[in-house]
Amino acid sequence: MSRSLKKGPYIHYKLEKKVMELLESKKKTVVKTWSRGSMISPDFVGQTIAVHNGNKFIPVYITENMVGHKLGEFAPTRIFRGHAGNKDKGKK
Amino acid sequence: MARIAGIDIPKNKRGEIGLTYIFGIGRSNAQKILDLAGVDRNKKVQDWDDDEQNKIRTIINDNFKIEGALRSEVQMNIKRLMDIGCYRGIRHRLGLPVRGQSTKNNARTRKGRKKTVANKKKATKG
Repeated sequence: MSRSLKKGPYIHYKLEKKVMELLESKKKTVVKTWSRGSMISPDFVGQTIAVHNGNKFIPVYITENMVGHKLGEFAPTRIFRGHAGNKDKGKK
Repeated sequence: MARIAGIDIPKNKRGEIGLTYIFGIGRSNAQKILDLAGVDRNKKVQDWDDDEQNKIRTIINDNFKIEGALRSEVQMNIKRLMDIGCYRGIRHRLGLPVRGQSTKNNARTRKGRKKTVANKKKATKG
């Protein structure tokens, strides 16, 4: 079921604050976040956000197409390296 | 026999069913089209006269995205997902189920025919 429109998109308030500050200061720094469930708002475009995948932070450069998706979609939490005995192991 | 939307030639079926031979038109859209055109849903496609055919054609042209245009739109949507590198895009690239289905067994529609692995250990009981 989709989120009620009344509430608007979910963006973690601290993350939103940080990105807004970043926009004002016009600096290009990377914002770290654990908030994988936050929606990417149009303000984020052009920023790099480091999204936690449970292990480390994956830098995600936000483009226009990504608006409306959630941050976690761009930082995979599992790595599949192929089945044991497969010849081309570790191929991505 | 009627040609609607370029290539589709549904023939001695009821109009409601015949229209569904067009990619992008299912039962409910077919019913809407026929009601808009004022054609009886149960009338066979071969019994449509030119006037009715033209009406149906214009209604489809104006209101529906079908066949090639629809197919390319779907492909574009998938391509977009793959380009932005999101989870769904990655699953499309790998040819695995996109919507969180289990892949331990089954998932054969996406994965294709079974690839037998030689000497794969069978799970032993007890």
